[in-house]
Amino acid sequence: MKKLSLFLGCITPNRYPGIEKATKLCLERLEIDCSDLPGASCCPAPGVFRSFDKATWLALASRNIVLSEEMERDLLTICNGCYGSLVDANNELKNDPALKKSTNAHLEKIGKKFKGTVDVRHIVELLYDEPGPERIKEAVVKPLDLRVALHYGCHLVKPSKERELGSAEDPTFFDELVEATGAESVDYPDKMACCGAGGGVRSALLDKSLEILEHKLSRIRDADVDCIVNACPFCHLQFDGGQAEIREKHGVLYDIPVLHYSQLLGLAFGFSPEELGIDLNLVTNQDFLEKLKKLAEG
Amino acid sequence: MNQSNISNALKDAGLEILTCLQCGTCSGSCPSGRYTGMVTRKIIRKARVGEDILRDPDLWMCTTCYTCQERCPREIKIADAILTIRTIAVHEGIMLPAHRRVSELVIEHGHAVPINDAVKEKRKKLGMETLPETVHKYPEALADVQTLLKSCGFDKLAGSEI
Ligand code: SF4
Ligand code: SF4
Repeated sequence: MKKLSLFLGCITPNRYPGIEKATKLCLERLEIDCSDLPGASCCPAPGVFRSFDKATWLALASRNIVLSEEMERDLLTICNGCYGSLVDANNELKNDPALKKSTNAHLEKIGKKFKGTVDVRHIVELLYDEPGPERIKEAVVKPLDLRVALHYGCHLVKPSKERELGSAEDPTFFDELVEATGAESVDYPDKMACCGAGGGVRSALLDKSLEILEHKLSRIRDADVDCIVNACPFCHLQFDGGQAEIREKHGVLYDIPVLHYSQLLGLAFGFSPEELGIDLNLVTNQDFLEKLKKLAEG
Repeated sequence: MNQSNISNALKDAGLEILTCLQCGTCSGSCPSGRYTGMVTRKIIRKARVGEDILRDPDLWMCTTCYTCQERCPREIKIADAILTIRTIAVHEGIMLPAHRRVSELVIEHGHAVPINDAVKEKRKKLGMETLPETVHKYPEALADVQTLLKSCGFDKLAGSEI
């Protein structure tokens, strides 16, 4: 496997640092060579920047990719939004000489140049590829007896023509990774539906965004699960922060704990909820933490 | 920008919308459409026939989930078209106030979601460095990001010059 650099984005380091720590712990345990990516910025956020100005989107995205090129490492994302933004920018710049030229004219001003020598990866498709669910299963020390509502998130699998990860309507690769931890990935209606955060909707139209979220939360509640698992800190923020906002605005209590896949995997690798920052979410569900404690002792 | 220019701009971006059947598969798939006034099919129709689309609030209700684009029987790149129409709107000076604020955050901090004191505490509690290995920690890296934003004219576009 090519060496990697860890692209943090904004929400992970600046809102949910537990996801950052969990990711590093898991990669180390799996002996995957992944370094920091010093000086990286916002990917930039696809929903807003990509729709504002293409040149700006490509300039900022390419700078992040160039930082990884300079280290001769593929760039690893742990967020669907960062993944979508950077993988699309990387492909467009690799395939369109005119765009590459105009983007490099901006990069020249900071002494950088996009070459097109590395790939952009997402932690879920990376882990599925190598080491793969079977070897992850072998590395598990505390099999998790948990019922999980998995949320793929839109930009991991769509647009499917560009992602090339198979079916966008009924994918299974992420479920296999969840089940490698011993957890059960429970089927539920509208599993592939959007969380409502993307496209600048959460930032500009919060109430509408929460209505879309609440539909999904109600489906998940009916599925009677222990927690929600995602692979995107923006979906994570929407599920976790959104439940707190719904409680405040509508007085409705869902209380469903939310974990990034790195945190779920970290639990299966024997790290404690505190080491993984699971107790630092806005929705802290005492029953869930108790259950994790029992699993750790058992 | 007048309407025929919008169709042309979409076409230039490889986004053909004239083959739309007005079948409504897109609207039927839309998570936003269930809760907002947004009707995806109408956005495509308006963009096609020349009604004013740039000031249509529906334009900003799309979460970019790409479900419509996956299911369109004519393989119209609907979500990409909506993003491109947004680009035209922004260049005409139409931007939601919340999005202007997010733009300002990136111009100032290099992050759309910058760090705050509460999260610094969380990082400490986790035994991590207070500042992440990003532009937050490296001022010269932030300066590079700002140089790029200026070079692209983004500061002017977002209405806050660096
Ligand atoms: S699904 Fe495609 S063809 Fe049908 S109305 Fe929407 S854009 Fe037109
Ligand atoms: S991409 Fe936008 S318009 Fe299309 S289904 Fe999703 S929210 Fe609706």
